Amino acid sequence: MTTSKPVKNIPSHPMDSLLRTERIPHIWCPGCGIGTVFSAVIAAIKNTGWDPNSIAMVSGIGCTGRMAGYIKLDSFHTTHGRSLPFATGLKLARPQTKVIVVSGDGDLFAIGGNHFIHAARRNMDMTVICVNNLNYGMTGGQQAPSTPLGAKTTTSVSGSPEEPFNFSYLASACGATYVARWTAMQVRSLRSSISEALEKRGFSFVEVITPCPSSFGRRNRMGSALEMLKFYHGRSVIRGDIDPKDAAMDIDKEIVVGKFVDIERPTFLDHYEKFNRPQMPQWRSMHPDNQKGR
Amino acid sequence: MNGDEACCEGALAVGCRFFAGYPITPATEIAEAMSRRLPQLGGIYIQMEDEIASMAAILGASWGGVKSMTSTSGPGFSLMMENIGLGICTETPCVVCNVQRAGPSTGLPTAAGQGDMMQARWGSHGHYEIIALSPSSPQEMFDMTIRAFNLSEYYRLPVIILADEVVGHMNERVIIPREDDIEIINRRKPTVSREDYLPYEADADGISPMANCGDGYRIHVTGLTHDERGYPAMNAKAQEQMVTRLVGKIRNNRDKIISTKNFYLDDAEVVVVSYGISARSSMKAVRDARAEGIKAGLIKLETIWPFPEELIRSIAPQAKAMIMAELNGGQMVLEMERCVGGACPVSLVGNYGGAILHPNLILGAISKAARGKT
Repeated sequence: MTTSKPVKNIPSHPMDSLLRTERIPHIWCPGCGIGTVFSAVIAAIKNTGWDPNSIAMVSGIGCTGRMAGYIKLDSFHTTHGRSLPFATGLKLARPQTKVIVVSGDGDLFAIGGNHFIHAARRNMDMTVICVNNLNYGMTGGQQAPSTPLGAKTTTSVSGSPEEPFNFSYLASACGATYVARWTAMQVRSLRSSISEALEKRGFSFVEVITPCPSSFGRRNRMGSALEMLKFYHGRSVIRGDIDPKDAAMDIDKEIVVGKFVDIERPTFLDHYEKFNRPQMPQWRSMHPDNQKGR
Repeated sequence: MNGDEACCEGALAVGCRFFAGYPITPATEIAEAMSRRLPQLGGIYIQMEDEIASMAAILGASWGGVKSMTSTSGPGFSLMMENIGLGICTETPCVVCNVQRAGPSTGLPTAAGQGDMMQARWGSHGHYEIIALSPSSPQEMFDMTIRAFNLSEYYRLPVIILADEVVGHMNERVIIPREDDIEIINRRKPTVSREDYLPYEADADGISPMANCGDGYRIHVTGLTHDERGYPAMNAKAQEQMVTRLVGKIRNNRDKIISTKNFYLDDAEVVVVSYGISARSSMKAVRDARAEGIKAGLIKLETIWPFPEELIRSIAPQAKAMIMAELNGGQMVLEMERCVGGACPVSLVGNYGGAILHPNLILGAISKAARGKT
């Protein structure tokens, strides 16, 4: 058991009620953008007014995956890339629970790419927050499906030879009902987008471009965390009305940000209930509370 | 009904209400039956994008408080290994039915094999204990699926059913008991308040009460090595404590878990050990041997893992020879050899899968062993 000495006389923070404060300090590097996203998520959750016992967070592996370990909700830190299928099972078993998936670009779109495509296609009712830091941070900064063409990482020292994904475009093409992208500097817009995504029925997706000063920034000589934040912000262009396929994600030219998709579409459970209605009894009957046994 | 359908009915009878799977011969009929039957009972069938996702989904559903299972065959079983490990580490009750076909790789999709015995034991990385059952008939598919769920709920881990293509596709009469005659074990729930609850603090028998998502305990569940609180603990001591308990809860309860059916053992000189469809070939061979005046006996393994070490160890010194009959090049025979420890000769009757063992093949081995040749 880890032993951390209780710290006395520190006034509680407004977000403490949703934090596992006994686990602080966290593992994230100074200047990392994940903290900004994490506090935006907590603020958005508080904003909904939902009972915390009715919300679950599911994550995969990587720096962002550790969010699930710090939030005081039912939280599940699963295997690399598998947060979405795990969350799918959880949501279908407990439709009344609000499910939030938080993970990094590598986890959601490389090893977990196929799961993302299908969760969006099925319109699983959940909110997915992608912290896109353009590389694999936890393992020391390797090339990822988000790494810009020519960018340097520990596995592309002469520049990445691969063209990156445009995640927001991919999400909209797969059928997400809500898609937004912001940089970590645009905190107010980010917070309100996450709030909207949480309230949205269906598969909602928010992408956040965040600085990884320890790895990506250092290898690409982008300066301090603050300079990286400003750099991404300076490249950003707000274009809420744009077709997602034109929402460029190019750190050398422009990072198009805004809300790209906000549509209505029946969820998996809507369809499932519709097609099986003749034989379906009440949902709750599947729960063990209503079954015999010792 | 066939074995695959019996597996589905057993699962439903014990309260399974969530199935995630991916089509694969010869296990597809389980998914098909589940897709028809689950909606009638208010449950969910979902066809996932692959077996990795199927395994992840049943873990998620189990934490949602619903008994869950998946089914597959060799190639899909390989893909499930990652999240079977997550299920073991996070102590998540669920059931995986592997209707085995012949491998390696795509192998013989429509022909029986028993080549995944060691994969079931050691296929996911790291050190752990597992429970695996092996049915020989559609009736046993029904009964053992119920037992698999009960074991998984009690001991909190994924329990594996190692069936095979012949048992899965074979049609036989299955007697479904009255509802009240089916024993149902549900996971132990915490009785303390949220402040006092330690999700991975074990009761005296090594099992921790499990709070489901939404029960108000706000649990944290991780595949990282964790302490009693469920929080990551990155050190050798925490690893020692956690794995000792994961291993101990099975090893220390193996007498309650292990199950065999023993035939003609009292005076047996040649003891055949077998499981699944091969146990039926073995039964015929042992009876034929008895008819010829050879004192042959059979141990039919109902649980593959944990392996009945004590039983094999106690039988071996009284036997002239022991034979393992299985549809692989020699997997469980290695485990048997280890337990016999040289107390009597041990031999294998096996093939690499593709066709079941002809009883005469086993009978030949019994006769030879009875004459003192192995």
